[in-house]
Amino acid sequence: MQPARTKNDDLIRQGLSESPGTWAKAVWMRFRRNRTALLGAFVLTVLVLVTLFAPVITKAALGWGRDEIDQRAIRAAPSVVHPLGTDSVGRDQLTRLLYGGRVSLSIALGTVVIYMAIGIAVGAVAGYFGGWIDNVLMRLVDVVLSFPFLLLALTIAAIRGPGIENLVFSLVAISWPVPARLVRGEFLSLRERDYVEAARATGALPTRIMFRHMLPNALAPLIVQATLDIASIILIEAALSYLGFGVRMPIPTWGNMLSEAQNMAVLTRMPFLWVPPGLMIFLTVMSINFVGDGLRDALDPRLKQ
Amino acid sequence: MRQYLIRRILQTIPIMLGVSVVIFFIVHSAPGDPYAYLFGPRTDLKVKEKLKEEMGLNAPLPVQYVRWLGQTVQGNLGYSIRTGKPVAQLLKERLGPTLLLTGTAFLISLMLSIPMGVISATKQYSWLDYVVTTVAFIGISLPSFFAALLAIYLFAVKWQIFPMNQITTPGQPFSMLDLIHHLILPATVLGLRDMAGLTRFTRSSLLEVLRQDYVRTARAKGLAERKVIYKHALRNALIPVVTLLGFGLPNLFSGTIVFETIFTWSGMGLLSFEAVVSRDYPVLMVVNIFFAFMVIVGNLIADILYAVVDPRIRYS
Repeated sequence: MQPARTKNDDLIRQGLSESPGTWAKAVWMRFRRNRTALLGAFVLTVLVLVTLFAPVITKAALGWGRDEIDQRAIRAAPSVVHPLGTDSVGRDQLTRLLYGGRVSLSIALGTVVIYMAIGIAVGAVAGYFGGWIDNVLMRLVDVVLSFPFLLLALTIAAIRGPGIENLVFSLVAISWPVPARLVRGEFLSLRERDYVEAARATGALPTRIMFRHMLPNALAPLIVQATLDIASIILIEAALSYLGFGVRMPIPTWGNMLSEAQNMAVLTRMPFLWVPPGLMIFLTVMSINFVGDGLRDALDPRLKQ
Repeated sequence: MRQYLIRRILQTIPIMLGVSVVIFFIVHSAPGDPYAYLFGPRTDLKVKEKLKEEMGLNAPLPVQYVRWLGQTVQGNLGYSIRTGKPVAQLLKERLGPTLLLTGTAFLISLMLSIPMGVISATKQYSWLDYVVTTVAFIGISLPSFFAALLAIYLFAVKWQIFPMNQITTPGQPFSMLDLIHHLILPATVLGLRDMAGLTRFTRSSLLEVLRQDYVRTARAKGLAERKVIYKHALRNALIPVVTLLGFGLPNLFSGTIVFETIFTWSGMGLLSFEAVVSRDYPVLMVVNIFFAFMVIVGNLIADILYAVVDPRIRYS
């Protein structure tokens, strides 16, 4: 049975109103035409699935546990038993590579979600209220953005000690100003719009105006920013873990697996131990960058070159 | 213009103060006693308390901060816990190598990226453009320390064209050639990431300008294509690129932490890493402030350059 035609359907047809569903559809239509973005999305999906099901896959195909040590094979070259060889303690590299992706990807995703939420809230308040609140918050943003990212993260990690919680804490502490500044800029221009004025006139609470009326209109640049940020957080996490101030063994991440290369013998004679995790980071970051670029074009066709 | 300059420079003072407050309190939130190193393990507790009182270490943190700031501004940066040397002396020793490394990296990235961006934009959709954009994309996606490791493996271990690490060959008298030989590999890899970003930026900026009416006018009046691109389009396209240069500076300095560690290049980056590893708080505070200062100066340069190259900007 055909559903009854609503007034809204008519409006959509006339291009007068847009429900969220049609907007997402339009974005997807534009995104689909971008081949590199599609390729990036495909590679990313495969990576997420493979790392997500790492326990099942490694158990079935390899039979090694994440921290399981094969005492007969220490820093063994790739073979049938260990397709990518074993690390300095005799753990299977391929198994750890898959588990490591899980940790790297979830840390990046978690960190970005947390600081995006903080940054959006701060930026929304600053941009909506303006005045001295805006002034204070934006000077704070200036101060935090003045620190060299990696050094401040290292300093915080050195003082709080290594570990996943502290790593995420320090990354969040340094990263929230970027979305805050973005949202503030959008809100400053949005708050002068008529529909915001109308919402205010109906007596809507500031929180409702900010998050129901204004935020959806500032969403496009935020989505792009968040996507590209996942890539940069993966890179930073890898650098910190490589330097020994991120995630600690035995929990594998692509970054701390690369730190095997700090050993001269491994660096010069056993590239099979450190090249694969590096390539995985590269592949992931590149796919995310492809998707981010594609999203930018798809979300805002006016920016397209 | 002069007023704008003065105001812009004055604006950096509260930011610097904010930076110093943040780093002071982060370091002093460290668990344990950061001053334990001052006393031997068998120092009497009473003596220890008395000494601490005398040195002002028992004062409330804000008071300690003001005292520390006063000393720092006067140039007394304290002493390194790890080496016992004055921090100011460490800075003096380590600054030169870092400036050399970042300066060279900056020049390399500049000399490669702008021509590459121009070629790629003027020959849009050609195979050359395709190669340049792909290389640039790889450049921004490659983790910098992985690129450094690969470079060492390929150029220092496998083909042995360049030395693996250090600034000069140990045990040999200093020679310029030796220094340059050691410099090429780290500087090129350090410049690589910035190069990728700058190439992409130059390309899109020039593409934008090439669509403008005045470029069409220049073409219509029969100017040679070379002249149109280099005299009319490129100059305008480089305006936003100039600001990116100011932002690139802090990026390069930040990159030195990983690069100097991998290449054992004893500059500010390696100093920072050593300070982090040994929790050398006085050094840690100073290097953080130093790098933050570079970021702020970089932003300032970007803003000023922007105002200089683009007269349309109003100084407000």
